[in-house]
Amino acid sequence: MYEKARILCSGDKAAVIEFGNSITEDINMKVRSMMIALEESKYDFITEMVPTYRSLLVNYNPLKINYSKLEDILRETENKLSHINIPSPNIIEIPVCYSDEYGKDLVNVASYNKLTKDEVINIHTKRKYLIYMIGFTPGFAYLGGMDEKIATPRLSKPRIKINAGSVGIAGAQTGIYPVESPGGWQIIGRTPIRLFDKQKENPFLLEAGNYIKFVNISKKEYEKIEREVLEKVYDIRTYPMKEVSSQ
Amino acid sequence: MKGIEVINPGLLTTIQDEGRYNFQKFGVPVSGVMDYYSYKVSNMLVGNKGTEAVLEITMIGPALRFQKNAIIAITGGNLGPKINGADISQWRSIAVNQGDVLSFTGIKSGCRSYLAVKGGICVDKVMGSRSTYIKASLGGINGNALQKNDIVPILDNNTINYKVKKLSDSYIPKYSNNYQIRVVKGPQDDYFTEKGLTTFFNNDYKVTSECDRMGFSFEGEPIDLKNGSDIISDGITFGAVQIPGHGKPIIMMADRQTTGGYAKIGSVIFKDLSTLSQAKPGDNVSFVEVTIDTAHKELKELVETLSIIKKDIEKQDSIIIKQTKNYKIKLNGRTFDVKVEEIENC
Repeated sequence: MYEKARILCSGDKAAVIEFGNSITEDINMKVRSMMIALEESKYDFITEMVPTYRSLLVNYNPLKINYSKLEDILRETENKLSHINIPSPNIIEIPVCYSDEYGKDLVNVASYNKLTKDEVINIHTKRKYLIYMIGFTPGFAYLGGMDEKIATPRLSKPRIKINAGSVGIAGAQTGIYPVESPGGWQIIGRTPIRLFDKQKENPFLLEAGNYIKFVNISKKEYEKIEREVLEKVYDIRTYPMKEVSSQ
Repeated sequence: MKGIEVINPGLLTTIQDEGRYNFQKFGVPVSGVMDYYSYKVSNMLVGNKGTEAVLEITMIGPALRFQKNAIIAITGGNLGPKINGADISQWRSIAVNQGDVLSFTGIKSGCRSYLAVKGGICVDKVMGSRSTYIKASLGGINGNALQKNDIVPILDNNTINYKVKKLSDSYIPKYSNNYQIRVVKGPQDDYFTEKGLTTFFNNDYKVTSECDRMGFSFEGEPIDLKNGSDIISDGITFGAVQIPGHGKPIIMMADRQTTGGYAKIGSVIFKDLSTLSQAKPGDNVSFVEVTIDTAHKELKELVETLSIIKKDIEKQDSIIIKQTKNYKIKLNGRTFDVKVEEIENC
């Protein structure tokens, strides 16, 4: 992490505030805190912010503020970060059915790592994963923190169609496909919940800076949740991170 | 519902407005019009508020049949618009009658035309915008570019006694095949050697055929990087100039992805993005460095110019067209399609 963040010009309508040059939870937490602090200040000149691994893109309206004034405000906010109260991140539980039907490549991941399928599932569901950022496609979360014990190279031949909700592994990364798309990840299971629904007022379930935890469910539970999602009665289990550490 | 019937969609005709904001942190591209200036003026000419959706037409235009009377205006690049086979002017409002067919003969200048209709194109908004983003099937009609037999929904327009609105010649952009585009440095200009920066600002770059709403890639002198182009992915803005490992620029446009992992030497200033959006494969672009303060001064000038144009258009009332009719006339054995506008005495 840099001692002092770098403020960089990103065209005439945006600035980047960069906190470090590596992928770590500490740096990413700084990005999240900065975004929350700026949101709470409700500055009318900030139009939209995009948090990424180690920096925050701040889009602004140059008709309302000049660049040097913006730099001053970003700097002041950075200096205040340690004194203000930032709400703790949330953990979002993602139910996943790891059956052979939904997780065609679970067997590959197990044999590649000389584990049983159940061992892979236990390892995958044990940790919580930080959502470093969302990008690549609408709703695609870049997750950190997967156990190297289940790391598996991508498929040598990518599939043309991977169903929305598929959970996969690519190298040392794990992730969920928010929409149907082609891809080469090893698919180990599928979630019945929707990460992206354009008809909803809040179309996206996942947000950078929060954590997700995978929960193993049976095929029966999968089908039950799938119905509840369709009927719009399914409640996604979400709780603040602090609650967990105090337990 | 009646509207504009798509006889032939052309190369790429999409419904666009100012873009889909506030979802970039979820990985949703902004989309929206490429050429903001032409878009704004097209809406002003038909008396719209200014944020209505229009058709963005790319290089090879569509054939469209109006199922109701409408007031339209076409701005931007000149793709050879015709109504019922007769040439029409751009940068002015035109009354079209039910049954009229708008078609395009081919590129004369620029790359993208904007077709505004009084009342706007009234497809439903998706996540706050009507803009089409094809890759995620958002906006437009079924999330797609116009397809044959689509009906583009428009409001009923009264075309009786309407006032023609024209943009003064001095405000009509001139498109050539050589563009000078201004750039502010950053955010990763420190990834480049002095030589690399000099190369970028002192050479012409040619637009390649890989040039679409997502980005324009260029051919030319490679730009020297200190230690490769890979960065930890960060946010991407409209006009960001990425230099991948091969050293040749890619400028990120309206449908750009929200994040990316290549070093960005600079960004095209907002005002010049309208001009750049009219560049097409084979055109030459040179990049000129300006400071952030200059970029902001230019942006303020653009906003002022648009407000002057708006006032100027609103007060125009010298020509009132009572009605428009189409005739076929034969002259020396040749047939001509003629559009006749009946003007009120003034």
